[in-house]
Amino acid sequence: MLATEKVQPTRKLPWRTATVREIIEETPRVRSLSLDIPDWPGHRPGQHVDIRLTSDDGYQAQRSYSIASAPEAAELLVTVERIEEGEVSPYLSSEVIVGDKFELRGPIGGHFVWSAFMTEPLFLVAGGSGVAPLMAMLRHRAAAGNKNPALLVYSSRSFDDIIYRKELAALAARSDGLKVVHTLTRQQPAGWTGEKKRIDPEMLSRVGFSPKEQPRIFICGPTQLVESAARALIELGHDAGLIKTERFGPTGA
Amino acid sequence: MSEKPLPLDGNSAAGLLSELFAVEITGASITCDGCHHAAPIGAARLYGGRMGAVFRCAHCENVVVRLVRTPEGYWLEMKGARSLFVQARGD
Repeated sequence: MLATEKVQPTRKLPWRTATVREIIEETPRVRSLSLDIPDWPGHRPGQHVDIRLTSDDGYQAQRSYSIASAPEAAELLVTVERIEEGEVSPYLSSEVIVGDKFELRGPIGGHFVWSAFMTEPLFLVAGGSGVAPLMAMLRHRAAAGNKNPALLVYSSRSFDDIIYRKELAALAARSDGLKVVHTLTRQQPAGWTGEKKRIDPEMLSRVGFSPKEQPRIFICGPTQLVESAARALIELGHDAGLIKTERFGPTGA
Repeated sequence: MSEKPLPLDGNSAAGLLSELFAVEITGASITCDGCHHAAPIGAARLYGGRMGAVFRCAHCENVVVRLVRTPEGYWLEMKGARSLFVQARGD
């Protein structure tokens, strides 16, 4: 056994206390929490936070959540899907009330990030609550006045399950180069003329950017959706180095 | 549930990595010793648990990094990696 000196972990990323300021019901299964965090250092769109809960007996549970708000916004938003399993999500998605406090550290991650300084087309692919970090990018894009071509291809189960539906419609109506394509895979409202199949190579090649345009691609959602979309885009000729992925795991939560 | 756990992406472990590295390391490029493929740590396949994380090359599935957190400290094993490149910050 080697003799080692005790090394203190870097204190660059301290745990901070977040206070819930507002709870926004996004869909029947999804809510967003607006958080007040003293001395928040700011973030880049696509980054996440770790949230840690401690029970009375000292037991700790921790989970990562994408940041859904733009860096320009005053408060930090995280979007949480209601799931029965897990140690953190059931609390954040159901039990939490305004005024609750919990521990949070961040911002975290330097790979799955986008900045409005980037001028290449922005190609976003989302499944379910995987839209959250991509929404941070779109909110940032609008706040920064970036007018380069952007596309969100977003798969939801039904019309009522579309997270940020009204805000996405408003962003797409700004005529600033953003197009939003919804696909509703399980149930479509009467008169729906949009996409209704799972995101596949045919859809991505028909609605997406050409590989020649070298779009920056971000894919976020359940593991299967992310892997099939990434594979399809590589087969269509997109450079794997320009595709960044964030898998949420099998539940999509 | 399937028997083989589904991987996440390396960027999911950025919080754990930040406890150990003084720089944001998920953007750093790691070269696999098995296939010599170089990619950001954030793009590696991540198999994680409460105690630590296993990072596999997204190209050949070779284990490039193992990181285990114990109450006493951190174990980092990188024998499956040829090199780690951290870009100098322009400040």
